[in-house]
Amino acid sequence: MTGFARRFFSRPTAALGFAVFAAIVLIALAAPLLFARGPFAIVGMPLLPPGSPGLPAGSDVLGRNMMIGLAYGARVSLLVGISATLCSTFVGILLGAVAGYYGGLVDDLLMRVTEFFQIIPAFVLLMVLVAFLQPSLTSAIIGIALITWPNVARVVRAEFLSLRNREFVEAARTLGMRDTRIILTQILPNALPPIVVVSSMMVGNAILAESALSFLGLGDPNLLSWGSMIGGARSAMWVAWWTTTLPGVSIMITVLALNFVGDGLNDALNPRRRR
Amino acid sequence: MKLHYIAMRLVKTVLVAIAVVLLSFFLIRLAPGDVATVMAGQSGYADEAYMKSLRAEYGLDQPVPVQLWKYVSAVAHGDLGTSYVRSQPVLTIIMERLPNTLLLDAFALVVAAVGGIWLGGMAARRPGSAIDNATAVLAMFFYSVPQFWLGMMMMLVFAVWLGWLPPFGIETMGADYTGLARIGDVALHVLLPGTTLALYFMASYARLTRTAMIEVADQDFVKTARAKGIRERQVARRHILRNALIPLITFAGLQASILVGGNVLVENVFSWPGVGTLAYEAVASRDNPLLLGIFIVTAVLVSLFNLVTDIAYSIADPRVELGQ
Repeated sequence: MTGFARRFFSRPTAALGFAVFAAIVLIALAAPLLFARGPFAIVGMPLLPPGSPGLPAGSDVLGRNMMIGLAYGARVSLLVGISATLCSTFVGILLGAVAGYYGGLVDDLLMRVTEFFQIIPAFVLLMVLVAFLQPSLTSAIIGIALITWPNVARVVRAEFLSLRNREFVEAARTLGMRDTRIILTQILPNALPPIVVVSSMMVGNAILAESALSFLGLGDPNLLSWGSMIGGARSAMWVAWWTTTLPGVSIMITVLALNFVGDGLNDALNPRRRR
Repeated sequence: MKLHYIAMRLVKTVLVAIAVVLLSFFLIRLAPGDVATVMAGQSGYADEAYMKSLRAEYGLDQPVPVQLWKYVSAVAHGDLGTSYVRSQPVLTIIMERLPNTLLLDAFALVVAAVGGIWLGGMAARRPGSAIDNATAVLAMFFYSVPQFWLGMMMMLVFAVWLGWLPPFGIETMGADYTGLARIGDVALHVLLPGTTLALYFMASYARLTRTAMIEVADQDFVKTARAKGIRERQVARRHILRNALIPLITFAGLQASILVGGNVLVENVFSWPGVGTLAYEAVASRDNPLLLGIFIVTAVLVSLFNLVTDIAYSIADPRVELGQ
């Protein structure tokens, strides 16, 4: 494990990405403690520029403190991004493992389904799902998980396909282990590295998808997110640049940090890519 | 043998279309309430008898398999239902907007392909050089930025601060240009939204071209070409680039579904009167049949586009003999 950590942190971008992401997680966790009044409280005149007294990030169209909005927005982005990825990874591992281990008809079926999801316009499907289920945190998480699980399933299937006939698996079979046990205790641990890499990249994409939903007004109406801050400030864009710029920069920094972490994990976990 | 491959791909496209329609039928059942509750809500009064007659009229009192069959045959005949809000056939509304979206997408794809191949070619010539690193950084940047926000920033800089380009719409309202002047006006309007859409794809085309060119450059026929004494520029252009471009065809097909998502967001930012903006209007006015219709039409169009790119690929690459 220490060797892994050393490899990961020896990449400057990976270390930076990790530090930035950790800071964002801290802000998200601390938001209710730091700003007890919540992001919807009106604190002053609308559209005050950043640096006004008590408003380091300015105020928005309704005179709310942008700083508080940005901190609370991190909660929504991270919650949706991480939960959706966990759901999608769980489903992807389950179906990908079965398809890769057993092959045959199940495998054919799964491959057709993943191809189908590659062809259809995923974001429009996501809009339909969230609109039909009614916009909420849960529907965003379900919707994003539903359009992304095939990516995980493909990776898991490929790993299982290449591992299922290795000697250590044969040995386990000879010992009389049952299939579920072989899948869970023998193959899965060996298939984890690529799954971890794909999942870490997916969190960033899920955050982008959530922000797009919120921007279109398909976010949870009771929560302030970075996407809904941008969507709500469109009319003020011409006169108050910070209302749209700052939430967008927040999204970008978060996703960029996650992509750096994903790249770093890929290098640290994949010995063939090491230079 | 190629005909066999094309026939198999055709069958696959039809199967995808059928799957899309089946999925849509089940999506309708996700929404709370049915057509009757919506219609009754709009009419302002609703007693049990009226609801019942509405359900009978729309066939909602029939068993699910019968409803499914009716839905599938209606869609197969081009009947995607009627918009709640506009009281017009959904397909008519979508077809009205489609040419604008196709114009925007065509512009974006050409800009992305030309720019991406050029950048990728430069990067491949000297891996590790400044331009190679710059395309890698740019690709990372465009993967991490919300597309709608990128569009707003482009608008802020080029339309609001610099005032070079028009920020909204497809042409100048009330100017009533005709002929060449109108084409020029539309061209000016397509620049901002088209470039916003193109940037993401340009970055990925550049990376892909780079990888493919480096891979092809290592192959024997390139060494043969060099050994024959062909000049380096010719080798790069005729032998390496041409072969490296083949995987790009498939890639363009695979990315078409992402392009549609970009349409929804970017058109919306620039008030471009296309299918993407229509999807947003459908969401805002809770027009479920219209939103679902857009999903069906765009899904079928993307799978047709995939069919075309796959056929183009099989023609461009003589090694494709039998379909998998």
